[in-house]
Amino acid sequence: MQRIGVFVCWCGSNIAATVDVKKVAETLGKEPCVVYYENYQYMCSEEGQNKIINAIHEHKLSGIVICSCSPRMHEATFRRTAQKAGLNPYMVEIANIREQCSWIHKDMATATEKAIILGRAAIAKVHLNTPLQAGESPVVKRALVIGGGIAGIQTALDIADAGFEVDIVEKKPTIGGKMSQIDKTFPTLDCSACILTPKMVDVAQNEKIHIYSYSEVAAVKGFVGNFDVTIKRKARYVKEELCTGCGACTEKCPQKKVPNDFNLGLDNKHAIYIPFAQAVPKVATIDPDYCMMLKTGKCGVCSKVCAAGAIDYKQQDELVQQQYGAIVVATGYNPIDLKNYDEFAYSQSPDVVTSLEFERLTNAAGPTGGVLLRPSDRQHPHTIVFVQCVGSRESGEGCGKTYCSKICCMYTAKHAMLTREKYPDTEVYVFYIDVRTPGKNFDEFYRRAVEEYGVHYIKGMVGKVSPENGKLMVQASDLLDNKQLKIEADLVVLAAAIEPDPSARPLATMLTTQMDTNDFFTEAHPKLRPVESATAGIFLSGCCQGPKDIPETVSQASACAAKVIGLLAKDKLLGNPCVAESNELMCNGCSSCEKVCPYGAISYVDKEFKMPNRTIAVRRVANVNPAVCQGCGACTVACPSGAMDLKGFSNSQIMAEVDAICK
Amino acid sequence: MQVEKNFEPTVVAFCCNWCSYAGADLSGNNRIQYPANVKIIRIPCSCRLNPMFILRAFQRGADGVILCGCHPGDCHYTSGNYFARRRMTLLFSMLSFLGIEKERCRVEWVSAAEGAKFAATMNDFVATITRLGENKKLEDLRCKK
Repeated sequence: MQRIGVFVCWCGSNIAATVDVKKVAETLGKEPCVVYYENYQYMCSEEGQNKIINAIHEHKLSGIVICSCSPRMHEATFRRTAQKAGLNPYMVEIANIREQCSWIHKDMATATEKAIILGRAAIAKVHLNTPLQAGESPVVKRALVIGGGIAGIQTALDIADAGFEVDIVEKKPTIGGKMSQIDKTFPTLDCSACILTPKMVDVAQNEKIHIYSYSEVAAVKGFVGNFDVTIKRKARYVKEELCTGCGACTEKCPQKKVPNDFNLGLDNKHAIYIPFAQAVPKVATIDPDYCMMLKTGKCGVCSKVCAAGAIDYKQQDELVQQQYGAIVVATGYNPIDLKNYDEFAYSQSPDVVTSLEFERLTNAAGPTGGVLLRPSDRQHPHTIVFVQCVGSRESGEGCGKTYCSKICCMYTAKHAMLTREKYPDTEVYVFYIDVRTPGKNFDEFYRRAVEEYGVHYIKGMVGKVSPENGKLMVQASDLLDNKQLKIEADLVVLAAAIEPDPSARPLATMLTTQMDTNDFFTEAHPKLRPVESATAGIFLSGCCQGPKDIPETVSQASACAAKVIGLLAKDKLLGNPCVAESNELMCNGCSSCEKVCPYGAISYVDKEFKMPNRTIAVRRVANVNPAVCQGCGACTVACPSGAMDLKGFSNSQIMAEVDAICK
Repeated sequence: MQVEKNFEPTVVAFCCNWCSYAGADLSGNNRIQYPANVKIIRIPCSCRLNPMFILRAFQRGADGVILCGCHPGDCHYTSGNYFARRRMTLLFSMLSFLGIEKERCRVEWVSAAEGAKFAATMNDFVATITRLGENKKLEDLRCKK
């Protein structure tokens, strides 16, 4: 017989306002085997936890039910409490009467009734709980960082600093990410390359960090502490270990008409290229879509000029297997494709550019050498119109995103300010819905753009941009003056919304992590666990989790590294004891469970059974490896003889809950 | 069908721990209302749901049973919801064989980010069950005292 204690939490007024907690406690107190009940304002507080500990000691409780918030919130807390009192942590059940009762109902009578039923179900379940012991598994002391932008770089450097091995997988030929394309950073206006490239060099020189550039994650298996990852190293047709990055091949390559994706197609590169001068690793890569040698077998110039003999036209994609204890996702963002915004004439005129293209047009290492020129006629623009919120903050039906992209207000203020500083003869207009400047020195920065640099900020949206006689006619409304405006502009810059990188979605499936409806990775808790995913051992860094500026990205990256270090510093991890278990006496060795197990945790062993008349029979029975089993329960349903059961969510426990609810 | 006055159906919702249970929590966080008839049972994955549990619920007097899991392809355990989907398809044909209206049992995919969808699904499901009235098929009268 169990001795059960029931503890009903008020959660301040969160539960108590709609649920009669006293009545719930008293009613549940009459349930069979309930020997103690109590209600208290904050069960999760130290005082509340002490009440639970004292009750366990005083009334010799063998199981407890806490009617409180979601188990996703405080199940771990109360399990620790039980453990402190000497009770097995898996003898605790939570009835979720906050998220799934008090917060969604307004009528006290119905909410109280429901809370009682939920409590009853939890009591019915705890009756059948058994003490469980968590198994241990070792931790591989190596971390994988997916994505080599500033988020991935910072995370890798911090983890390496703590003495752990880190691998960075970057799909582009060089690390650096979006930050390497940016000219200046707000609000300090320091040069992006000057603060980024030293960090890239640190990564390259750090003995603990290994870069897999031009590579992708192909498959992920395993679980926290023991991930088994397959990395695909795409053929770059250049031997990385031999190439010195001298650049002779990139100058001599006859195929010069390759759109330069680093400059967003604003100029051309050669078919063999190094993305930019400070690339890490500084190794050439051949673009197989354009290389004449790879396409037709005729050319081979790069191979002839390469003194190091690094060119290898026969190189193949290579798969590398590696084990990791933790995985960091830092896949970053991209500006959205503006093909659905043709009212801004993005596809009709080369002089309508995105903000990231504008960064390249003002960057000293960009296609114009840092001189601001129109892409169409390479003339200096005299009137520039910036349009904010292109694709951001749209209603659900629009083709854009509902969220705020967060960084556009600040970088547009930066662009406007820098333009006015370098070219005081240029008129700069900024059309905005709202200017959002939360951040240290951000509002001061924006006000400087307006007050000191004379940028025309106009509240209103641009309705249409039409190319006319080499100019761009911008029709817009000024909402504050309530009038229509027509501006003859030379250059229009669109602050395109940012969205997660397209590689994020398949990666999330591989990692079995969750994403929100916009394909941003979901954190384990929006406030309290912002850098972890709900899947143990998978961490989130940078814009893959939501739009962020550089300072925020770097702080999140370091936070993420701290979490990874915390994990890797452990020698052993306690596993989830809620794993499948086979009843050997009932198992008939049919292999149904083995076929559905996604982790390969089930194997078969020959076991001797004592039969009547002192004979011994050998039968093949299923055996679950508790270190590999993740406790999904697929096998329990597949088993035709009912031999397989899941600890913590057993057939009888769930049936008991069903019965309690339907009573 | 005759609908009793003030009929309050008993609805059991099985929710997988990773997506739908979190979606239900999110619905609570955002204070989106849905009827109190819905009582949620947490299971680790939709593939943990033995169709027996649904039959048991009907036997014990449930008027509707709904299973919520991660969207196909997003299962925390990679493939659990595919198993659940196949098993439920088989169960549906069995339920119709038993003469239980097919609307009484439903499968919905609700992600952890879809609190509003969870509430909307439950509102719709409870309305459907209320319209169908009390479930008499399969009910074990011995359990009803």
